Amino acid sequence: MSEFSILLPSVLNGITTGALYALVALGLTLIYGVLHIINFAHGSLLMLALYGVYFLAAGFDIGPYQALVFMPAAMFAVGYVLQRFVIGKASHDRDENILLVTLGLSIVIENLALYFFRSDTRVVDTPWSFETVELLGAFLPLPKVIAFFGALATAAALWVLMTRTDLGKAIRAVAKERKGARLVGIDVDHVFAMSFGIGIACLGIAACLLMPSYYVTPQVGHGFVLIAFTIVVLGGMGSFVGALIGGLFIGVVESLGGLFLGESLGQIGIFAIFILILLFRPTGLLGHKV
Amino acid sequence: MLEVTGLRAGYGEVEILRGVDMAIEPLEIVALLGSNGAGKTTFNAVLSGLNRPTAGGVVFEGRDIAGLDPVAIVEAGLVQVPEGRHVFPNLSVRENLELGGYRRGRANRKSNLERVVAIFPRLRERMDQKAGTLSGGEQQMLAIGRGMMSEPKLLVLDEPSLGLSPMLVEEMFALIGRLNGEGLTILLVEQNVRQSLEIAARAFVMENGAVSLSGPAGELMRDPQLQRSYLGI
Ligand SMILES: Nc1ncnc2c1ncn2[C@@H]1O[C@H](COP(=O)(O)OP(=O)(O)O)[C@@H](O)[C@H]1O
Ligand SMILES: [Mg+2]
Repeated sequence: MSEFSILLPSVLNGITTGALYALVALGLTLIYGVLHIINFAHGSLLMLALYGVYFLAAGFDIGPYQALVFMPAAMFAVGYVLQRFVIGKASHDRDENILLVTLGLSIVIENLALYFFRSDTRVVDTPWSFETVELLGAFLPLPKVIAFFGALATAAALWVLMTRTDLGKAIRAVAKERKGARLVGIDVDHVFAMSFGIGIACLGIAACLLMPSYYVTPQVGHGFVLIAFTIVVLGGMGSFVGALIGGLFIGVVESLGGLFLGESLGQIGIFAIFILILLFRPTGLLGHKV
Repeated sequence: MLEVTGLRAGYGEVEILRGVDMAIEPLEIVALLGSNGAGKTTFNAVLSGLNRPTAGGVVFEGRDIAGLDPVAIVEAGLVQVPEGRHVFPNLSVRENLELGGYRRGRANRKSNLERVVAIFPRLRERMDQKAGTLSGGEQQMLAIGRGMMSEPKLLVLDEPSLGLSPMLVEEMFALIGRLNGEGLTILLVEQNVRQSLEIAARAFVMENGAVSLSGPAGELMRDPQLQRSYLGI
């Protein structure tokens, strides 16, 4: 009984955190699956989105959940423009160039953030930040429960987009067969930019869901990006279902790791998994699929 | 319907097409023949906007389309079924066909899909199967079906019989004749000279990036030079 009463809250907590990780990883895996690039700027763009949520709250009194109306669209626009006019143009179709471009972008964004926002830790206080929900005898923070359902809803919406709309089908077509796509009249550069934009819009949603129970600094993206890479590798590069399950799994591993090894060592379990997967199952636990 | 004059194009510094002239009239099947490496596929790539011409003109339905991008060219109704099929392997047969109507024919997508599966009953049985798991012949049918979903005015078929069994080749040529009979203008690019000449109205023979011989299909069939080089007589 006592074992269970310690483990259960920890597992549930891990699942709620993991859903947000999954959301960040979904964007990363979408971009990888379509453009075949690893977006090193993913963490800094999440940071940018978190500042967006912070300033909407601090400057305009727009709460994090109200910000859901603006942030996904704003981040989508940032992603679309970045891919169409910066990454796509600067890389001249060479994958190693794209890698350097996204890495360079992350450094630029981070340093601009340091310059303009300084390294202070900022939070958004809401009246319900510390409210809890009781589930199976465990008390979970309300913002994390909301984030969990928000992340699942986003994943479901993304699935509908990818399987039921012409845009989604075009994205999947371009991922595997660019020449065929051009010959049915798909504007490949536009579809690339849409994919990047949608991946970054996921970060806009994640930022709104995350901010009530988290904080923002210019470096806040680092922790997320390593976790997201682990999830993407774990779930199979480019796999949606893999990213979702991988995210939840990593959330639980982190939470249980924290319980048994202490907060500061909790993440070691994640990187152990990362290395083990790369060594023994480089295609991911669920294989490879877009 | 299509008029190509003095068309030149290549890859980087290497010139492949050295002044191609040809024309297609509405409702014709025109065969573009020539051995491997003659430049037929390069010619198609320029027509579809995948490659830019360095000189010359391409006039389609009275409009100069040389150098336009593939989106504009598909929109104009010039649609290519490429050599090697290039179907979307990770999408289902149905999704492949739906994407055929991505740029054109969106309004009639449902009835077009019905029409395509009526022509290719084998596709109907495999609607929810991934295109990558189809046989070569089925993929070729899918590629043609996908092209027809965009309601082409001119359909360019690049070696549709390549890699098919002799029986399927027969079937493929019969089908191309039938599509033409239903009112579709076709540019048939082939190495299969005899069968192409049997269904074509006129033909062009390409050698080294230029047209070396052209005329009504019946006349070319009796041309001694063509008989020697391509028909093995
Ligand atoms: N992507 C390419 N880059 C460079 N050369 C090419 C490319 N594609 C084709 N070629 C060359 O162009 C010539 C014509 O090829 P192609 O147009 O494919 O002829 P065909 O379709 O008549 O067999 C060949 O010599 C071939 O090597
Ligand atoms: Mg060819």
